[in-house]
Amino acid sequence: MSENANVSTGTLRVKTGLAEMLKGGVIMDVVTPEQAKLAEDAGAVAVMALERVPADIRAAGGVARMADPTIVEAIVGSVSIPVMAKCRIGHFVEAQVLQSLGVDYLDESEVLTPADEQYHVNKWDFQIPFVCGCRNLGEALRRISEGAAMVRTKGEPGTGNVVEAVRHMRTVTDEIAWVAGVRKEQLFDAAKQLGAPYELVRWVHDNGKLPVVNFSAGGIATPADAALMMQLGCDGVFVGSGIFKSGDPAKRAKAIVEATTHFEDADIIARVSRDLGEAMVGINISDIPDSERMQERGW
Amino acid sequence: MRIGVLALQGAFREHMMTLEALGVTGVAVRQPEQLGDLNGLIIPGGESTAISKLMKTYRFYDPIRQHHGAGMAIWGTCAGAILIAKQVLDALPDQESLGVMDITVRRNAYGRQVDSFEADLDFRHIPDGEFRGVFIRAPWIETLGEGVEELASHGGHIVAARQGDLLATAFHPELTGDPRIHRFFLDEVVAS
Repeated sequence: MSENANVSTGTLRVKTGLAEMLKGGVIMDVVTPEQAKLAEDAGAVAVMALERVPADIRAAGGVARMADPTIVEAIVGSVSIPVMAKCRIGHFVEAQVLQSLGVDYLDESEVLTPADEQYHVNKWDFQIPFVCGCRNLGEALRRISEGAAMVRTKGEPGTGNVVEAVRHMRTVTDEIAWVAGVRKEQLFDAAKQLGAPYELVRWVHDNGKLPVVNFSAGGIATPADAALMMQLGCDGVFVGSGIFKSGDPAKRAKAIVEATTHFEDADIIARVSRDLGEAMVGINISDIPDSERMQERGW
Repeated sequence: MRIGVLALQGAFREHMMTLEALGVTGVAVRQPEQLGDLNGLIIPGGESTAISKLMKTYRFYDPIRQHHGAGMAIWGTCAGAILIAKQVLDALPDQESLGVMDITVRRNAYGRQVDSFEADLDFRHIPDGEFRGVFIRAPWIETLGEGVEELASHGGHIVAARQGDLLATAFHPELTGDPRIHRFFLDEVVAS
């Protein structure tokens, strides 16, 4: 057996398997090794290595790109939990670079300025797994057909406003229920309406769920926000600006971790929500011009 | 037979589903009080740092040790194997272990995600022996104490071991849909 153990790396099962291990956990945006350590100490299951958190990207304007390799490497070297990093939509060379730096998961992210307005990265080409954003079932299944091993509902990043995260999570859930409920002969038409591959639509019909892990992202700022998304059916949460743009990041990070584990226990959520200091200042979605809504990026 | 799955973080649902397929309803354990009348406890894969911090906050360490002392079997997969080991290499300095199983485990031994892999294993004591091991940022078992039996190895490293009512696997049987190692845990390890 040891001579011929039939070893394979980069398989779909190995890629989706890491996402399975992250479930019930919190993935935190960090911009320095110190923040990464703080996230790890608070119980984060992974960190997202960035040059700027979404709220600062939003404030800075201009073109947002992959982080400087020096920052990514410093963060990779500072923690023992998985490290994720973001590449621009369609920018497969940024993805190649980040893979070569040793990151564990790539996020082809609408938080950065898209590099291709027609095509996403062919994620099957990579050894490491990808997570991609979605606003609805069709978008989730298109990303999965391109090789994404995990999805996340987009929400509206950098706002501290959970309303878009809720909208996208509810849309995905409702559309799964719809696909699960239609008759077999309606599936091709459903696939056309969703703009998604028939085989994946049939899988959702047969199983009543997404074929990969789905986290929630984009606007989660409090323990109750995280528990809300978990009760709405996501598998875990990304918290971007919500932690390090708040008054007491260490305490808030730990509180969000506990609320994500005990998302159905209101007594625990109440206890961990006390005295967290200033939350990040939120933005109303209607105050953001259409052209600056990150969720509209990706197709 | 009552089997609990520690449900603080990680792939606990997959263990529950595999148990269900074997006709056993698992208990998702989120508080120490739920350990009460369990015959066995599975500590799933996940992030060992995250799980250990939640175990500390919610005071799981002593109750699990006590219930194990009173006869509760334990199976740790991946992160779970790290958490039951007496000695852990390459862990964070403050990461507490249950320290019940006499093995030394090296965390993230195979490297980063790019090194994660699948491989065929020879697993002792299960029907047809061969088992597809899924290794995700996996640990390996570096040394075994007295009375610990090696159950499987890969590339010169031990990846599964048993000591009485304790079972450790570095890989993830719960991700394969193959219930033979769960069956082995129920029939041999819990019943021992």
